[in-house]
Amino acid sequence: MTKQPLLDVKNLVTEFIIPEGIVYAVNGISFNVNPGETLAVVGESGCGKSVSMLSVMGLIPTPPGIIVDGEAIYGNKNLFKLAEEEMEQIRGKEIAMVFQDPMTSLNPVLTIGKQITEALICHFDITKNDARDRAISLLDMVGIPEARNRLDDYPHQFSGGMRQRVMIAMALACDPHLLIADEPTTALDVTIQAQIVELVLQLKRQKDMAVIWITHDLGVVAGIADRVNVMYAGYIVEEALVDDLYEDPRHPYTCGLLGSLPRVDHRRERKLCSIPGSPPSLLVKPVGCPFRPRCQYSKEICQFETPKLRETSRGHHVACWIDIQSGEQISGS
Amino acid sequence: MGILNIMIAESTPNLFVDDLETPPLPLTTLAWKRFKRHRMAMLGGVFLILLVLYSFGGSLFVEEKYANFTNPPIRLNTPSWQHPFGTDTVGRDVLARTIYGGQISMIIGILAVIIETSLGILIGALAGYYGGTIDSLLMRFTEAMLNIPEIFLLIVMAKFFGNKIPNLTLLGRTFSGSVVVIIVIIGLTSWMYLARIVRAEFLSIKENDFILAAKATGTSNTEIIIRHILPNSIAPIIVSATLGIANAILSEAYISFLGLGVQPPTATWGNMLDGANNYIESAPWLWFFPGLLILLTVLSINFLGDGLRDAIDPHSRAI
Repeated sequence: MTKQPLLDVKNLVTEFIIPEGIVYAVNGISFNVNPGETLAVVGESGCGKSVSMLSVMGLIPTPPGIIVDGEAIYGNKNLFKLAEEEMEQIRGKEIAMVFQDPMTSLNPVLTIGKQITEALICHFDITKNDARDRAISLLDMVGIPEARNRLDDYPHQFSGGMRQRVMIAMALACDPHLLIADEPTTALDVTIQAQIVELVLQLKRQKDMAVIWITHDLGVVAGIADRVNVMYAGYIVEEALVDDLYEDPRHPYTCGLLGSLPRVDHRRERKLCSIPGSPPSLLVKPVGCPFRPRCQYSKEICQFETPKLRETSRGHHVACWIDIQSGEQISGS
Repeated sequence: MGILNIMIAESTPNLFVDDLETPPLPLTTLAWKRFKRHRMAMLGGVFLILLVLYSFGGSLFVEEKYANFTNPPIRLNTPSWQHPFGTDTVGRDVLARTIYGGQISMIIGILAVIIETSLGILIGALAGYYGGTIDSLLMRFTEAMLNIPEIFLLIVMAKFFGNKIPNLTLLGRTFSGSVVVIIVIIGLTSWMYLARIVRAEFLSIKENDFILAAKATGTSNTEIIIRHILPNSIAPIIVSATLGIANAILSEAYISFLGLGVQPPTATWGNMLDGANNYIESAPWLWFFPGLLILLTVLSINFLGDGLRDAIDPHSRAI
């Protein structure tokens, strides 16, 4: 890869120190996003998707959370080394974020106009009136009818889907280079979900920004992503171009996830499979492969050594000791 | 219902589902609607306006000189046409003194609350938002202040600072320097409860998703405190501040009653009561009128505060 990635995260380790012990939320993950690319991060609840993105944004509540190790290179800066004021300049302007629940992510006592212009005023030298005009065009862009009249409305006067559009307008206010969407459709009903997905894709093409889309909906991923990272228990277990992942999943966990999806093109003879067991407690630092207890392929080595990501084909990495096509342990380790 | 839904869907083919909700009311209209339904609060508001008109409008008809004019030969006259509220122990007109005393009492109440609220918000906000060591230090200090009985603190400070400040002339009127002393000491001794309320509000509000969302757009801590958290906790602050005015008027009455507060000839409702206790039966008009005015003011403010709390709660959508 000759192009320099937009964001390059290396060996990120985030832990939370709580009275019960240490929560190992993210255990040394590395990933990168190229300009204009859509990277999907999938995995079940509590696998570290959101925490890793919040770490990058410097929004982990400290205490109890700490970023133990790693670096996040954006441009030529390491985001973890920046002072709070420098980070404020990056948040919203360079990297913006859309959150999961639009019902709670807007301040109930401020009009949406004020909330959208806030980002503009804090990042640009811009007059209030110009900021308002820009806010109106942003609301137009995200498909809110009569944007001019709705600017002075409060969040409770909007429905869930509309609020998520407002959130997107807020995030895009300063034309960020990277948009982190943290399960932006999870709290919405299905028809609205489709609208929001379509909206983000369309805006991404218009503005040529990179998107990191966190989700546990593999259906959405297939439609939007260029590349996919599959996370499990704070590790990235598989990393692949989206077509490769669906055609040729290499990690038992990815296979399990795909096997548990309903398919329209299959007859209903087959029951949906679930992955047996439940994800491990993050309070215990896993020894060996974190997925081993639930894995049907597990061998002796899985108990003792944590697998590293290895390349199986171009751009396709998997962290597993087993070649699941043959069921044999990979050689040369 | 099914048919109705279909009809709606057919008649508005180009609208999103979201547009079908009822047209939203502006927040101020909503608050006013709710406030109007609160009868006692409306009554309190009306009374308070009348009391303010009485104290501040009354000075158009009665001069301050007249209120402070002593005339010993007519001391302790019963209410009459000439002196509707009677005269006091040195022959001053009680009606005129309640008018000018009311001004001072209300000014003391309002200014003391401004000091109280600023201090309470500042300390509560810093403690609640930043937490950790700052929180511990500020809250231990607050608790230490709470441990000293307020009345005791008031009396000691009034005694210590009283008479040290010269008289002030403002807008052509002379105020006893003790007015300033009383305002400051009431403000300095009453912020602790508000600080605790504000801290509790900040602690819970800062955990909201919208604070995280605001941070994610690059909003600074100061902006988050002032623009995002404070407006969300404004309801309890306003209620506390209105009740604070009532309390400040009462506190002023206490210490002035004890003779440590605002010094004559400047009248306040409190210092008019000073000495009236010797004439409880023989000259009831001495304590009845200022007492009644204090009572009405404090009650009106309390009802008003109650109504405001219900009306301005931003989280409530009830009409």
